[in-house]
Amino acid sequence: MATTYEAIATVTVGSGGAANIEFTSIPQTYTDLSVMLSLRTNRNTDSDFVEVTVNSNSSNYTYRYVRGSGSATESYTETLAFWEIHRANAATSTANTFGNINLYIPNYAGSTNKSAYYDGVNENNATTAYAYLGALLWSNTSAITSIKFEPGAGTTFNQYSTATLYGIKNS
Amino acid sequence: MPTKLIVDCSTGETTEVELTAEEIAQREADAAAFAEAKAAEEAEAQAKAQAKAAAEAKLAALGLTAEEIAALGK
Repeated sequence: MATTYEAIATVTVGSGGAANIEFTSIPQTYTDLSVMLSLRTNRNTDSDFVEVTVNSNSSNYTYRYVRGSGSATESYTETLAFWEIHRANAATSTANTFGNINLYIPNYAGSTNKSAYYDGVNENNATTAYAYLGALLWSNTSAITSIKFEPGAGTTFNQYSTATLYGIKNS
Repeated sequence: MPTKLIVDCSTGETTEVELTAEEIAQREADAAAFAEAKAAEEAEAQAKAQAKAAAEAKLAALGLTAEEIAALGK
């Protein structure tokens, strides 16, 4: 059976933290991309948002998500200068835990607008612990060659946060 | 000094680059603005939920059943 799911690159944040993580020179030889994120930021609350920009572009990002917050189900739609995905853990979440997000981008090397989706959970041993499903659109026909992740309201990702970029082939 | 991590997928090399003073100032300003916007968004959602709960309580006090109140929202 052919290998269809390959780790392209992985990174772990060191002791000083990192203001952002960027994958560059992404090979154009796969069908889809997936990024597995395990993140915690220095925002002074129980969770943080994560901003995603591709190709250093800051326009035409739209997203809609649904979430369970531990006390309600809610949905939001927004258009911003980046995709917002959810959620990283933050300074007051349960110690030594990280939020987990899987971002999936089909047809990233194609010449049509880029739809994507993500699922994510904020790991927190408390009433408020978010779970998300989100649909994303980047209205741009360029092939994706770089992806950058930044904390939404914090200023750095904490040590031991990780990001792994996978390439998926159809055969 | 804060750093950013750049992973070159063509070589597999990760480079840790120090942020410039301008990048740090921009990052802090962006984070503050984003936090403020999100706080306002979440406060608005919470206010809406509280207003809905208050309205439902008033309707219940007027004698509507839970099913009748739920039917109003459909």
